[in-house]
Amino acid sequence: MDFEFTDEQNMVRDGISRLIREQYDFDTRREVVASDSGWRPELWAQLAELGMLAAPFSEADGGFGGATEAMIIMEEFGKGLAVEPFVPSVVCAGGFLKHGGNDAQREEYIGGIISGEMIFAFAYAEPRGRYDLANLETTAKADGGDYVINGHKAVVIGAPWATHFVVTARTSGGQTDENGVSVFVVAKDADGVSTRDYGTVDGRRASEVYFENVKVSGDALIGEADNGLPLVEKVVDEATAAVCAEATGAMKVTNETTLDYSRQRKQFGTAIGSFQVLQHRMADMLMEYEQSVSMTYLATIKLDEDDATRKKNVSAAKVRIGQAARFIGQSAIQTHGGMGMTDELAVGSYFKRLSIVESEFGSVDHHMRRHIKLTAG
Amino acid sequence: MNLDFTEEENAFRAEVREFIENNAPEGMTRDMASEGDADPATMREAMMAWHKTLGKKGWSVPAWPTEYGGTGWNPTERYIWGEENARMNTVMPLPFGVSMVGPVIYTFGNEEQKREHLPGIMSGDVWWCQGYSEPGAGSDLASLKTTAVRDGDDYILNGQKTWTTLAQYADWGFFLCRTDPDAAKPQMGISFILVDMNTPGIEVRPIKLIDGGYEVNEVWLTDVRVPATNLIGEENHGWTYAKFLLAHERSGIAGVARSKRGVEQLKEIAGSEMLDGKPLLEDMGFAQKISQLEIDLSALEITELRTLAGEQAGKGPGPESSLLKVKGTEIQQRLTELTMEAVGSYGAPDVRSFPSDGSNDFPIGPDYAHHAAPTYFNMRKTSIYGGSNEIQRNIITKMILGL
Repeated sequence: MDFEFTDEQNMVRDGISRLIREQYDFDTRREVVASDSGWRPELWAQLAELGMLAAPFSEADGGFGGATEAMIIMEEFGKGLAVEPFVPSVVCAGGFLKHGGNDAQREEYIGGIISGEMIFAFAYAEPRGRYDLANLETTAKADGGDYVINGHKAVVIGAPWATHFVVTARTSGGQTDENGVSVFVVAKDADGVSTRDYGTVDGRRASEVYFENVKVSGDALIGEADNGLPLVEKVVDEATAAVCAEATGAMKVTNETTLDYSRQRKQFGTAIGSFQVLQHRMADMLMEYEQSVSMTYLATIKLDEDDATRKKNVSAAKVRIGQAARFIGQSAIQTHGGMGMTDELAVGSYFKRLSIVESEFGSVDHHMRRHIKLTAG
Repeated sequence: MNLDFTEEENAFRAEVREFIENNAPEGMTRDMASEGDADPATMREAMMAWHKTLGKKGWSVPAWPTEYGGTGWNPTERYIWGEENARMNTVMPLPFGVSMVGPVIYTFGNEEQKREHLPGIMSGDVWWCQGYSEPGAGSDLASLKTTAVRDGDDYILNGQKTWTTLAQYADWGFFLCRTDPDAAKPQMGISFILVDMNTPGIEVRPIKLIDGGYEVNEVWLTDVRVPATNLIGEENHGWTYAKFLLAHERSGIAGVARSKRGVEQLKEIAGSEMLDGKPLLEDMGFAQKISQLEIDLSALEITELRTLAGEQAGKGPGPESSLLKVKGTEIQQRLTELTMEAVGSYGAPDVRSFPSDGSNDFPIGPDYAHHAAPTYFNMRKTSIYGGSNEIQRNIITKMILGL
């Protein structure tokens, strides 16, 4: 039993924490979110320089760690509400390459991800897919040695900044069959790829991505044709754990901000933090946070175990974190009163991020259903 | 015990329904007035359109005594009226004139004030706003600091109000001001003053909220000279009028009719969204949540009807209205949570950022998803405004439980 981090992991945390604290204070973030590009490429370059984009990769792939490092980084991202695409590019695309990529693909892409020159977005969700990773209307038809991709991917986070996409598509079978799912790398500038870009309510950028007769070579296939679903599930679980970590970071700051406010804000001649009803709510917020941290650790530790164990624990974590995110976000606004409703205070932005976390990579209900399937009977 | 509407009441429903269907302007919602780029003049007209139509018909202020323009409808008829408007999603007359300052003026105002202000409220020609909360006086409203100092025939007002809803459009405001800083209790030194919003020294600064809209404002008052004839009732008795008004604000805050409509909309969304090849509405887990909401709403509706019946029997709105506020806002908020759940990933796109190329060929998710998140964020206000739900529970504890 050991909940301690290694010296190297603590250094990762210190490095990210300092970078975010010094260069990503809330006013800066507000400017970043409102800017044309919507992110800070120069921060990304700094992260690459510090080696942070290599953190979840093994030494063989040019990195030095794994899921725990990703967890630490995303927790710090969550504290600062950083919008940069660590999850889509490093955790998701990186995950596909390290678990499913052949030598040539690893060679071609992992270096680019680590150096920050290549930015990936993960185009998996579809307008009618509702968290079901196998429910794919997007198709990839074999054409000689090539594939031709057609389809529409929904709310692809980070797509406006991406150079490449990892795309899930159906190569055989019916629309929701487990078999017949394949994974491809597609350059964003490939013929037939188009996007509609927009912002998200939690300050990020995303796109609807359309593939119209996009031809890719057989080398673009990651992992086995038709049998990509287990790989997709594994990577999405890793991404889910990373988002859980991000959420705990955001919860921590939300709780601290709320506690501070309750000490400063005076009504009826006294700090509102002296009212028992608010004290108990803040005690509940603390407990929700601690439970979320525990579940994030659990999910992260179980990521490398067998599929059933991994899925069960990741779903358990996402259920718990989804519920805590809602409770903490809403409670923070309520405790801040009218001020919590304003765009001026940071707490509103934390609330909005936590609200979207609820449904990211599957809602509470989705993960509850998956947990039931894996544990009942 | 009988929950059926009488024949007369059903006939009344048919009459008002026909009028609403034939006359209500379409395509307007109240939140449009919160858009930062709304043109004030156009928006004013649009927001007031239904109010003005009702004013001409004589239906804009149903609850007022008939001598001032009320319809003489009993509480049940007024309830039906609210339901039918909710059904058609009309932009109802704003409460600040009709339900708040109007009743204060005809109850506590003098004849001249009644003559000057009631017709404009009734016709919808005058837009009112409410100057109550201050940065330091929210739940603890009685600690307000804005001062009104008597100077000859005028009062000079100084201070800052906040959360003033849609003050950017207002012609007039009713303000709580401190006229006696040395009163024995903070409640005892407050006066209720009507202020022309075009008076020099008033600055209205819109506040951006977390949903991106500009629904509320800061109102800064610097040496604002107001005729002393604008004082309602007696100097230093404003708290009495303010409390009277707050009780009026709370009745109707349950929003049962609007929530019923919300449930129907939620069901439509859940009927369109698919889960495992079936509509989400048929998923037992989600269906249970909707049923729970309908059950809670049904309980609230009957509770509100019981309160109405009490009112009809001559009992004024009392601390029971706190129950309606708490339960009503919890249901309103729950509706927005479930809508967020139903729309899934398409809750994230920010409709304000959508490319404005006018293209409908490539929609960004279904239309019903576009307002799910802003509405969810915005509706968090309901457990904060009008006396936070914590304050409402304090009122229940004190006034009903006697603790």
